[in-house]
Amino acid sequence: MSSHHPHGHDHDHDHDHDHSDVPSDLALRVKTLESLLVDKGLVDPAALDTIIEYYEHKVGPRNGARVVARAWSDPAYKTRLLTDATAAIAELGYSGRQGEHMVAVENTAATHNLVVCTLCSCYPLPVLGLPPAWYKSAPYRSRAVIEPRAVLHEFGLDLPEDVEVRVWDSTAEIRYLVLPERPSGTDAMTEEQLAALVTRDSMIGTAVVSAP
Amino acid sequence: MNGIHDMGGMQGFGPIDREENEPLWHAPWEPRMFAVGSALGAWGRWPIDASRGQIESMGAEAYLRSGYYAKRLPATIANAIRHGLITAREAETGQPDPAAPKATPPLTADMVDGAMKRGSPTARATERQAAFQIGDAVRTRNLNPETHTRLPRYARDKPGVIVLLHGAHVFPDTNALLQGENPQPLYTVKFRARDLWGEAANPRDTVCIDLWEDYLEPAR
Repeated sequence: MSSHHPHGHDHDHDHDHDHSDVPSDLALRVKTLESLLVDKGLVDPAALDTIIEYYEHKVGPRNGARVVARAWSDPAYKTRLLTDATAAIAELGYSGRQGEHMVAVENTAATHNLVVCTLCSCYPLPVLGLPPAWYKSAPYRSRAVIEPRAVLHEFGLDLPEDVEVRVWDSTAEIRYLVLPERPSGTDAMTEEQLAALVTRDSMIGTAVVSAP
Repeated sequence: MNGIHDMGGMQGFGPIDREENEPLWHAPWEPRMFAVGSALGAWGRWPIDASRGQIESMGAEAYLRSGYYAKRLPATIANAIRHGLITAREAETGQPDPAAPKATPPLTADMVDGAMKRGSPTARATERQAAFQIGDAVRTRNLNPETHTRLPRYARDKPGVIVLLHGAHVFPDTNALLQGENPQPLYTVKFRARDLWGEAANPRDTVCIDLWEDYLEPAR
């Protein structure tokens, strides 16, 4: 949560939900479309429930965190991840829609990577799940490429001037996963313990992974 | 299309508003809309490029007013009508044309897991040789099509360097219009922030953008 703009959930601020359309109207229109498609036999209502369940339970940032923890723990896996991320991520069972072509980009002392999609809201669903509202918002999409350091500052991350900030604008079907730097003092940790340290934002590049 | 969706580098949208412990959905209709769009996609009548193109043509005001899932509603209806899954009258009334035969859904619940895990890869085998190699200096073309494109405005007519080769991928500009996949080499091109934004940018900072060969020419 940004300390700059504290607020609750009860006002229609600039989240990516639908602030001006009347919600009840949208709910009705979506329901009407869904019923029409089901009545016409174009969609299977049970498939709709299964799709929702898939995105609620089978994908999410814990998947990406396992990839990162494996790369931190296993140098050979890290090499595979940085060489062919799609295949390396599939080794852990994650693949498919909006992650068909993956590239992992490694943060180092010299380079910090930040991922955005300025044209829509492309996001690596198999490893990170559905994107947070801020990632889809006009402020993030517009600013990440022109003033990434100001964006990172809002996320509480101030990088030295001599670190290259490298922004990845996801304009094609390549999806990017940031491999954050492993924090110091974690040498004794198991892969599972490491995965618990890895946050969603650190895999987008708006945060780094902190030592426990 | 030089639309409102092409936001990279725009100013004036304000700070990034983050929600603590954000829920996956903000209204019960959002997952329904998301799932309906995914399930209709299984008909294979139109590609993701056409979905994006339709969203981009909704008009600036509606685009800014609508969230991620709300944008999909008119775009999904428009594409379903255009590609013959429903009629405009059905969309308006919500009632199936009684004369139309009932279809069989191509995606059933038992198929969902496999379909999601397969996705829709866009890499294609092609005879076309890549014109550029890693390290080559290139320049983006100054293109302003009125239709769907993935060359952002902020990166047109700019110098960059090829840093990744991705093989051939479906070309969105033609595919969105159902004029063919036109697979061609896809590259990641690295731009110096200063070449994009001027001297105020940090001299070390860079922006990497995935660009198809038709967007590029050799450096002048």
